[in-house]
Amino acid sequence: MSKVKKFMYVNRRAPYGTIYAWESLEVVLIGAAFEQDVSMAFIGDGVYQLTKGQDTTGLEMKNFSPTYSALGDYEVTKIYIEKESLEERGLTLDDLQHLTWEDEDEDWAEKDSIKLVSRAEMVKVFADQDVFFNF
Amino acid sequence: MKFTIQVNEGPYQHQATDSAYLFTKAALEKGHEIFRVFFYHDGVNNGTRLTTPPQDDRNIVKRWSELGAEHDLDLVICVAAAQRRGIVDDGEAERNGKDATNIAEGFRISGLGQLVEGAIQSDRLVVFGD
Amino acid sequence: MLHIVNKSSYDRNSLDVAVSYKADGDIFLLIEDGVYAAMKGGAAASKLDGCTVSVLGADIAARGIAEDKLIDGVSVIDYAGFVDLVEANEKVQSWL
Repeated sequence: MSKVKKFMYVNRRAPYGTIYAWESLEVVLIGAAFEQDVSMAFIGDGVYQLTKGQDTTGLEMKNFSPTYSALGDYEVTKIYIEKESLEERGLTLDDLQHLTWEDEDEDWAEKDSIKLVSRAEMVKVFADQDVFFNF
Repeated sequence: MKFTIQVNEGPYQHQATDSAYLFTKAALEKGHEIFRVFFYHDGVNNGTRLTTPPQDDRNIVKRWSELGAEHDLDLVICVAAAQRRGIVDDGEAERNGKDATNIAEGFRISGLGQLVEGAIQSDRLVVFGD
Repeated sequence: MLHIVNKSSYDRNSLDVAVSYKADGDIFLLIEDGVYAAMKGGAAASKLDGCTVSVLGADIAARGIAEDKLIDGVSVIDYAGFVDLVEANEKVQSWL
């Protein structure tokens, strides 16, 4: 049995303009079955993936933003959002979906998955990881 | 050392697949093991056997097939990405009612789990993309 | 960490972003269009101040960049060297 690795999925792209946001999310969901220590980072335009109120009807494209709310069920509970990336874009956490997970060890108490970190803190988060997925 | 290589872009459009190929070749020449080459996003287009590139330039698909054959490489095309982009093998043709296949020699279509497994089993994951 | 940057700094912000995540001991490898940042006299060169930088020789040659046109202190490596860099660094990120 190989040691559990720390996986970091790095999201830097906005949704819909390219497929990277959606197809990288698909990796995270499939990857959940492999029981590694998973984190996601949303930096740069990646923060736009989580904005509330996405309506793709006019584009005739699938709106995949509801899928992020399932991440907790897939045991992806460490979602790092970079503060500077939000600020540069005039966004706050209130503009983003509120992502949560349920802690089985605490009577299924609902907890926040999102951790707002500065870039300097993100450097430290990265230093702690084993494998980076870039899309 | 064991490497898994991820290729995110198709042939000719971006340099990614060229860089991935040359890196893979160099790693093999140094005696390393390539656990898997995983083609994702438009990278699945590296696995069509129907390209006819100009004679005076590199044949990207063919050289992946040849490198694969020479070193018994596991060249995996992501099924979900392949379905979107129309890379089809016999299994997919049957499953999805397609009247043709186009997969190139030496490639196989499989799930995203193969990428994740590659990342777990390898010492290094190297991503080439746009 | 080995940071691999493959996009021109004049076209995309990938180099800026990569450098903003620099930690002690990190190495920056410029490949593909990323190599332009290492040219002397270019506005992008200063982004690499304080960084340990390698460039892929095949990519600078393809783009007609002679080694003496690179900023000082840059290592020019071949694909074997690229493999060595990946081997030597436990953490690898591609800033696409």
